[in-house]
Amino acid sequence: MIKLNDLKISYRIGNRVIEAVNGVTLTIPDGSIVGIAGESGCGKSTLMKAIYGDIQSPMSLSGGSIEYGMKGADGRAVTTETIRREWFKSISYIPQSSMNSLNPVIRIRDQFTDFPGTDSNKKRVLERARAYIGKLGLPAEAMDSYPHQLSGGMRQRVMIALATFFQPELIIADEPTTALDVVVQKEILLLLMEVQELMGNTILVVSHDMGVHYQVTHKMLIMYAGRVVEYGDTESVFADPQHAYTKMLIDSLPTIGDDSMRGVLASMAGAGGDRAYRVEPELIEVKPGHFMARPSVGVAA
Amino acid sequence: MTVILKTEGLNKVYRQGGLVRSRQIKALNDVNISVESDKPVVIAVVGESGSGKTTLAKTLLRLETPSSGRAIVYDTVVTGKGTALSKQQFLGLVQPIFQNPFEAFSRYRPVDAYLNETARRVGGMDGAQAEAAVAAALQSVGLKYEAVRGKYTNQFSGGELQRISVARALIPQPKLIVADEPVSMIDASRRMIIINLFKQLRDEAGRSFLYITHDLATAYYISDYVAVMNKGVVVEFGDARQVMGDPQHDYTKLLLSSIPTTKSRWRPRKVAA
Repeated sequence: MIKLNDLKISYRIGNRVIEAVNGVTLTIPDGSIVGIAGESGCGKSTLMKAIYGDIQSPMSLSGGSIEYGMKGADGRAVTTETIRREWFKSISYIPQSSMNSLNPVIRIRDQFTDFPGTDSNKKRVLERARAYIGKLGLPAEAMDSYPHQLSGGMRQRVMIALATFFQPELIIADEPTTALDVVVQKEILLLLMEVQELMGNTILVVSHDMGVHYQVTHKMLIMYAGRVVEYGDTESVFADPQHAYTKMLIDSLPTIGDDSMRGVLASMAGAGGDRAYRVEPELIEVKPGHFMARPSVGVAA
Repeated sequence: MTVILKTEGLNKVYRQGGLVRSRQIKALNDVNISVESDKPVVIAVVGESGSGKTTLAKTLLRLETPSSGRAIVYDTVVTGKGTALSKQQFLGLVQPIFQNPFEAFSRYRPVDAYLNETARRVGGMDGAQAEAAVAAALQSVGLKYEAVRGKYTNQFSGGELQRISVARALIPQPKLIVADEPVSMIDASRRMIIINLFKQLRDEAGRSFLYITHDLATAYYISDYVAVMNKGVVVEFGDARQVMGDPQHDYTKLLLSSIPTTKSRWRPRKVAA
């Protein structure tokens, strides 16, 4: 279980301080896929980076804390300071445009043995890795290829294989399928779901595609301007969205076979109805397991 | 009836490899599509990466010469055998919008310089006329000239910048605008602004669009005709409602079933532990 307590992350740019994550309090249960949606600049990627523990200047933790609910090698609870020791052990990260994150000049097999802390017996690691990528639907030859010899979808599979090889408790996937076309995207998302079912770990998926969220996630987190607007079970959020911003996100998706003007809403939001979506940091439980934030005080409706 | 877009046996072959072992890749394999209409239309070209849809756009924009065949836009042969258009005439008829507006404009030049240049070079206008044309074009995409003048790309969001590139394309009053993945770099919640803008420009300003995308949902939403491409071949072409409502080809069916919708869920297969 991951607990965020009034988390605040800021960026310092010159003399200005920008609160990218501005008071997020949240509990993420174990063994679930949680989707995070919101537009660019809403703080979703910053939040993911903070949970991963990759907090580097100009980014800083300006308030609050993260509890990971796991214990490190020394037996003490993992905190933001010690999370780095869990990298490549119990937490892994699939970054944006991750298919370009593979080292282009070494073979895939060498990238598997490159992890710090993996078994020192390379032969044994490779045997396991070969068996594992086969399970994920990759041909065995992929191990001996260089990244440029693989297609975008295959590279993405390799990334998922790398990220899940050591059975982490937590996987953070930041836009795992952008830049892939729909057919490959479906394969990759199904793969992620299968892996999660197999290992029972927690996956945080950032995406701006609400269709992807509906297909993949168990819980949904909607962010706007550094704060959580709505959080709840995916089924409930899509069936009965509480906040106007959530409704707008869901409605901005045109559907095949539906000729009504669903896109109109989205264009209105872009025209500058933005301030109306700002919310207070506290969440209210509207229904069991479905939370929503109140509109920000001092904003005219 | 006007022939809005017609390709006749359009082929484009790329060669890969050296003298000893060379491979031919048919990026466009005998593409024949034809749209005749009295009203301006939006034609969508959909398919996955490597399907040849960008090559089709490049060929129609004269950025690639076809290996054989020709293309006709508004009753004029624009590329291939028998084209008599000069570059200026061509750019007055067909204008592009590219995928990434941050790459389309240089970081080191104010963006309105591009708009001015288009007005002068392609439109053949003088200073004052060009200013007025730029202001009018920006207004038609919902922006004010004052808000754009002298600014650089980093001062705009992706959506704003893409609207500016639409404005630039409008200045020479082209008949057809070729938009290659115009919204894939833009936030999902802002995409519809650009899409609705295309719709508005079709209905009010009488511009036709060739909308190249891998997003079938927006293609369905905006287009009148759709061409589905796979491996350089147009596998299905016709009225958008008909093709997507009742797909005939297996590839179109596969594409449509892969869209993540909020209507029905996929079933993941189980992996053996």
